[in-house]
Amino acid sequence: MQIAARESQGGIILDLSGDIDLAHSPAMRKALLGEIKEKRTPKVFLNLKNVRYIDSSGIASLVEGLKASREIGSRLILYSLSTTVREVMQLSRLQKIFEIYENEEQALSS
Amino acid sequence: MKNSNGKGRKALKQFQAELLLKLKMHSNPEVLCLVRATLDRAAEALHFQAEERRSIVRSVDEALANVMRHAYRGKGGLPIAVTFRRLYGQNHPEGNAGIEVLLEDKGIAVKASKLVGRKLDEIRPGGLGLHFMRQNMDEVEFSRKHGKNQLRMVKYLTTTKTEAGSEGE
Repeated sequence: MQIAARESQGGIILDLSGDIDLAHSPAMRKALLGEIKEKRTPKVFLNLKNVRYIDSSGIASLVEGLKASREIGSRLILYSLSTTVREVMQLSRLQKIFEIYENEEQALSS
Repeated sequence: MKNSNGKGRKALKQFQAELLLKLKMHSNPEVLCLVRATLDRAAEALHFQAEERRSIVRSVDEALANVMRHAYRGKGGLPIAVTFRRLYGQNHPEGNAGIEVLLEDKGIAVKASKLVGRKLDEIRPGGLGLHFMRQNMDEVEFSRKHGKNQLRMVKYLTTTKTEAGSEGE
């Protein structure tokens, strides 16, 4: 899995690609919580367009990120979910808990 | 250990099983992607639809992750065996009825009381793997034999489930 960061709209976009599984979810968790807790970034956008697979450990990291963002009053925004990511979010019943947008344009203008 | 579906158990007796593939791996998370890719192709060869293939892959991946994290407590280099078997009707050896996956590990014994998925209305990290398995597969059975944990999961092809359901009524 690869993570690239870019600044936009008063926040940070994390472009994730590859598989977020047991091997790689710790890296995503570290990047996500680093932005939210350490840097106190007010808006963190997760671009999931190129995420082929996510498992329960990846979902757990997202939930951790969401909780952390709520604690400090920042926002965690997901967008461009692939079919498999969307399915997992629905299985976990989290699709209504997270802020999710279809594409980057909608996410950044939210 | 309980089955996840009593009707499914009765249906399984109608089928024969043929070895497709057996993998011997170590408890190394980096290898999970290889298993996912292999299983996806195997399920495709058995004519599972895309959504069903994702369900099967997800279930096996979660099961393996659980072995690594819990049975082996995060320790690498320990053995896991994964066996894929093709299911076919007793009178239709050329047709496919489904896939059976068997995982074996030598980790700590799994406690039946812990094999319960958590409530999904709790928004907290963790505890979703088992839920995914039970939601995605038709049969999920845990057992312990000769010092090994065994997890058996079955996914029937959609037409197979329709036939089994009507025969069970």
